[in-house]
Amino acid sequence: MLVSIIGTVVQGLLSGMVYGLMALGLSVIFGVVRVVNFAHGEMMVLAMYTAYIMNTATGLDPLLALPLVTLALFALGYGLQRGLINRFIARPDNQQFLLLLAIATILTASLLIGFGPDARNVQVDYAYNSFELGPLLLDEVRVIAALGSLVAVAALWAFFRFTRTGKSIRACADNQIGAAVVGLDVKRLYALTFGVGAACVGAAGCLMLLLVDVQPYVASDYTLLAFIIVILGGLGSMPGAMLGGILVGVAEALSARFIEPSFKSAISFALLILVLLVRPQGLLGRA
Amino acid sequence: MSGLSPRAALALALLILLLLALPLAANSYLVSVAVVALFAAYFGQAWNIMTGFAGQLSLGHALYVGLGAYAAAALFTHWGVSPWLGMVAGMAVAGLAGAFIAALSFRFRVGGVYFALLTIAFAEFTRILFDHFPWVGSTEGLFLPVKNLDHDDPLHLSGSPAMFYYLLLALTLALLALSHHLLNRRAGYYWQAIREDEEAARALGIDVFRYKVAAMALSAALTALGGGFLAFYDKNLYPDTSFAIGRSIDIITAPIIGGLGTLIGPILGAFVLTGLGETMTWATDAFGIIGLKQFAYGAALLAIVVFQPAGLWPWLKRLARLDAPAPRR
Amino acid sequence: MTKHQLTRREFGLAAAGSLLASAPLRRARAATKPIKIGSLLPRSGYEALIGQGCQRSVDLAKKMLPEMGHAIEVVDADTESKPDVARTQAEKLIREGAEILVGAFDSGQTFAIAQVAEQSGIPFVINIGSDPAITEQGYKFIFRNFPTSVMLGTNGLARFNDLFKATKTSPKTAVLMIVNDTFGQSMLKGINALMPKANLPFTLVDTISYDPQAKDLSVEVAKAKAAKADIHMVVTRLNDAILMVREMVKQKYEPMGIISPGSPGMYQTQFMKVLGKYAEYAITNIPWLDPKQPFAHTFEDAWNKAYPDDVCTLDAGFTFEGFLIVADAYRRAGSTKPEALVEALKATNIKDRIMIGGPITFNEKGQNVNLPSGVIQIRKGKPAVVLPVDNAVMPPVFPVPGWSQRV
Repeated sequence: MLVSIIGTVVQGLLSGMVYGLMALGLSVIFGVVRVVNFAHGEMMVLAMYTAYIMNTATGLDPLLALPLVTLALFALGYGLQRGLINRFIARPDNQQFLLLLAIATILTASLLIGFGPDARNVQVDYAYNSFELGPLLLDEVRVIAALGSLVAVAALWAFFRFTRTGKSIRACADNQIGAAVVGLDVKRLYALTFGVGAACVGAAGCLMLLLVDVQPYVASDYTLLAFIIVILGGLGSMPGAMLGGILVGVAEALSARFIEPSFKSAISFALLILVLLVRPQGLLGRA
Repeated sequence: MSGLSPRAALALALLILLLLALPLAANSYLVSVAVVALFAAYFGQAWNIMTGFAGQLSLGHALYVGLGAYAAAALFTHWGVSPWLGMVAGMAVAGLAGAFIAALSFRFRVGGVYFALLTIAFAEFTRILFDHFPWVGSTEGLFLPVKNLDHDDPLHLSGSPAMFYYLLLALTLALLALSHHLLNRRAGYYWQAIREDEEAARALGIDVFRYKVAAMALSAALTALGGGFLAFYDKNLYPDTSFAIGRSIDIITAPIIGGLGTLIGPILGAFVLTGLGETMTWATDAFGIIGLKQFAYGAALLAIVVFQPAGLWPWLKRLARLDAPAPRR
Repeated sequence: MTKHQLTRREFGLAAAGSLLASAPLRRARAATKPIKIGSLLPRSGYEALIGQGCQRSVDLAKKMLPEMGHAIEVVDADTESKPDVARTQAEKLIREGAEILVGAFDSGQTFAIAQVAEQSGIPFVINIGSDPAITEQGYKFIFRNFPTSVMLGTNGLARFNDLFKATKTSPKTAVLMIVNDTFGQSMLKGINALMPKANLPFTLVDTISYDPQAKDLSVEVAKAKAAKADIHMVVTRLNDAILMVREMVKQKYEPMGIISPGSPGMYQTQFMKVLGKYAEYAITNIPWLDPKQPFAHTFEDAWNKAYPDDVCTLDAGFTFEGFLIVADAYRRAGSTKPEALVEALKATNIKDRIMIGGPITFNEKGQNVNLPSGVIQIRKGKPAVVLPVDNAVMPPVFPVPGWSQRV
């Protein structure tokens, strides 16, 4: 029984790390640009389809396609922010939301037109392998995806900590006016940040494709999930996003195991309601 | 719209006349399409009170549609309660739910986008709850008993699309009148003040908390009334469609395109969108491309948000110069 | 060249001549005026995949039925997987002159269409749609050639004993994994009601119901594995069936077999394509194309020629049969008047059909109650009828080989 519980927790942990990477992009964007990206799930689904096409055309493993997809999504995010979203920075929240909702709708519809409603997936050679860790059976694909997430998060952390651009972005987030005074090109930094956030989503998409199938309609589920995780962990906090992801992953796994599995998502929403009321800035967020 | 210019009043009267005559001239297909538009107009108006007048973005209004629909339908199916009474029950339940959500949120100072997310969470949670609620059929759905009648039975809300058309038209116009009335009373002014600048409103002594909760409760109850009608029109309910987040998004699209916070906006938006939707359905059949309809909706939304954020109605008013002030006497 | 002015006399002669010439043609056309059929399916929305699959069968019907001498004209409509769209589209078809409707795969949408049909007095032949309530409303214009979920459950459970008898096995325990949506829940209710009466040798040790939107079934499968049951019973849809089997392989969970009492998923093209050797030996108890029926072969050959990469499933067969029923009724009625069509439909008795079961007939509620389930097992990547013995093409394999033994 204990083994079963540990197994469940580990499963949740592994899935949670990929969710965390996905939510990370959302957190980064909000932390700096202060725009709530309601097209987040749609961007990830786009990334998944891109990885899928590359796999079908060249047999490329999504892990190897990851750098390319990440770059593609970066370009998309940068362009979107620079070209369209930038005009809305100063506008009320409602309008920002509606803009991104419109973008999300167009993205989903385009994917539907382009790919049809069928669920697509990629087959990797190690899809059915598992590691044996004593009495525990660990799914190899999940372990690899989780490791991939950790690598991506580490890279992101290093970027913000050690590179000049990363530090400029953090400065922008802390004090926009001060940053402008010092001579930083705020507009360009915003676009870069959106690009970086989109790149996270791109990486997460490649990893997610290893785990699940992709179809146009799953996008809104992922958007919601990203929001739950980010609010749990704290909007604008990178470790918060990962923590939130793991929490959601483990909570869902445990509730599926011991309560009714079809109630799984309800637990996440209940958590969201609780956090929003008790501690809206999230577990690790700044007030 | 407190001072209707003569041109505007004439336009409105003509429109109402046209709407009344529609079922006489049109075939049953067009009437059923018009019913869809009227539902969208009604729900949009009800939502408009919360988000358009009082400025609090709610993205989970499907919750109240579902509550109203299920309350009326379940009471009718299990205990033979008249649909009209069942709808009142639905309004009460939804009003309480709305008040609860609003009170909880605003007491804990949750606002803006966070509040919107909270409304989504409550709607989704309720959806999953109803998926496991045997008394209303859980995921299997709730089916209302249907009789093959050759005449309309308004007492039991059973009949032709034309009957529903007139009921919905009356409902929509009644809500229009109510909205107009509210906008010009204290509640309306207070809501708009809260919408424009909450801190300033509070500084002026307005009980912001009370009015925000009242807006939500009223909006919720009115939405639930429409939900009751919807239950008897569709004659079957599933949690995954009644409480769906897609429905919430559909509810808000018409008023936004028509004009958030205006009186005519939701109605105009509803008819424009329904027309667009049916055209897209035709285009999808003609060109064999699935997904055109959603694409068109997204593009329309984008166009409005970027170019005419206030919506179609303010723009049309400017074009037709309907907002010209009434001539002084 | 001078222009020739058409004189009135010439014109009159030409007109008379063409009238005479077209007379026999007109008479012939009047005798075989095609009946206008409105076909409703979810070709977009969340059921689009299966709706488009059914549409392929409709396209075959459009070609094959005229070749068999039937005069039909089909107008397609998309319900977008939504009941209110289904309703408006049904109204639209009737407005455009549809004399009979066929559809619509999903019970909620089918119900909406049935109401429109009944109110308008237009007959509606349901080719796929399992909610029992639809034929319990006392409708006069609705006919259904598809088992209700109760029939599916009863017939499906009955086949378990046939399977055990044929393979001389006797499993003692079963775990049930069931998708928590409309179809799954009504099957669950049916199973719980029927199990005491079905005289099955096994008891249900655990029932695990999961979210149809779930992208990850690892915990659910772990729970099933922990129940240590002999057989793994499932009620799934397509994507979750694939997810579930993948998890079973990863977690090395090897029951005697995976058996569905009558749900979609484990016989559809995508299932075999994605899982490859791991799809082999999955068992579904469900109505199927009858290998012993010549017309079933005709249909299946036509399907395989037109859609070589797509498995011919019961959805294809039932979709086609819906149109066959309409064509047959029209031929006997000789008129497109609703009353004549309804009388002809009531008297339907089609022996040359596609699906397993006796001739197509309808009871007084408009339901065909003669739709037994076969036992379908995936063998060499294709669904094969393994039971009942009279319709089987090969004997069943049960218990099934473990995952590591698959080739």
